[in-house]
Amino acid sequence: MASQLQVEVVAVEEKVWSGEAEMLVARTTEGELGVLPGHAPLLGQLAEPSQVRVKLGGGEEITYDVDGGFLSITDGA
Amino acid sequence: MAAQVRVLRQRIRSAKSMKKITKAMELVATSRIAKAQARVAASLPYAQAITGVLTALASNASVDHPLLTARPQVRRAGVLLITSDRGLAGGYSSNAIKTAESLMARLREDGKTPVLYVIGRKGVTYYRFRNRPIEASWTGFSEQPTFTDARTVGDTLIKAFTHGADDGEDHSGPDGVQGVDELHIVYTEFKSLMTQAPTTRIIGPMQVEERPRSEAAPGLLPAYEFEPEAEALLDALLPKYINTRIYAALLESAASESAARRRAMKSATDNAEEMIQKYTRQMNSARQAGITQEISEIVGGVNALAAAGSEV
Repeated sequence: MASQLQVEVVAVEEKVWSGEAEMLVARTTEGELGVLPGHAPLLGQLAEPSQVRVKLGGGEEITYDVDGGFLSITDGA
Repeated sequence: MAAQVRVLRQRIRSAKSMKKITKAMELVATSRIAKAQARVAASLPYAQAITGVLTALASNASVDHPLLTARPQVRRAGVLLITSDRGLAGGYSSNAIKTAESLMARLREDGKTPVLYVIGRKGVTYYRFRNRPIEASWTGFSEQPTFTDARTVGDTLIKAFTHGADDGEDHSGPDGVQGVDELHIVYTEFKSLMTQAPTTRIIGPMQVEERPRSEAAPGLLPAYEFEPEAEALLDALLPKYINTRIYAALLESAASESAARRRAMKSATDNAEEMIQKYTRQMNSARQAGITQEISEIVGGVNALAAAGSEV
């Protein structure tokens, strides 16, 4: 099991960010959810507008404002 | 003789300034191709992500979404034609129009009524001039399309497509709007710098393009959880997917347009160069002829004078 998440933040016009992170927090239409390494595969529609927070190692955090995006979590990546 | 030289000099001058213009346009188009290609590449990660998600959705949920199912009877078929806003791009726009025309002829043969949606000023003027109806048109972004443009177009098309579901034989159905039962898109595929081919694709009813899965994840797709339910998720994502497809077609067409313009401008520059060369040769020989004539006149005059002097 990977100890880090491989995160890719892609917008329609370009790839915004990609790299390794410890945790990802996003809000789908059903509610907020946090993703840690080893999460079950999931497809979700993000609430609009909402924020996606990518927590990097060492307490750093990147926040993106999203408007009508989707979230896809796959195994082993 | 001097007059002829002057005329030729004028022609050379105008050919030279034309060459400067076409050369500049060629350079601009060349840099635009690279930019357009970079934007195509930049849009790929998102396209891949949404395609992957939809493939997973479609294989996990047995869905019967209106955007995915073919209508039993197709009466009106929407055709989205992508052309350029400006000319001077060789056969770019007219090739796309020709392809759309043959597609519409085929649709008519099948007993469907084509409904035209046009992007780009060239396509719009073509149909306006011939007094043919255009359902909707968008102009002003053919060279540098943004996703917002694609979404504007996509929303109109999706609305027309969903409205088409309840249309009757010759009435517009309970919703009072005549929609379409099929959606086609005509755009120009960027094959290489030298070849761009107009292509038609069907975008409604949708077929989720399944890409060959990467080597890393062979076999079955994982059992996904869905938030919200699969049906609601599909509802939300399918329009986005159509917009992504339209956006991809717009970007590719933009690249093709620049490539076509570059080629047209390159041959214009070459022709101007040839003309300059031809006129320069003509001018030189005219000047030479003038000088020769003057010399022979002088020599003739001298001879005549000498002959007159010796007789005295």
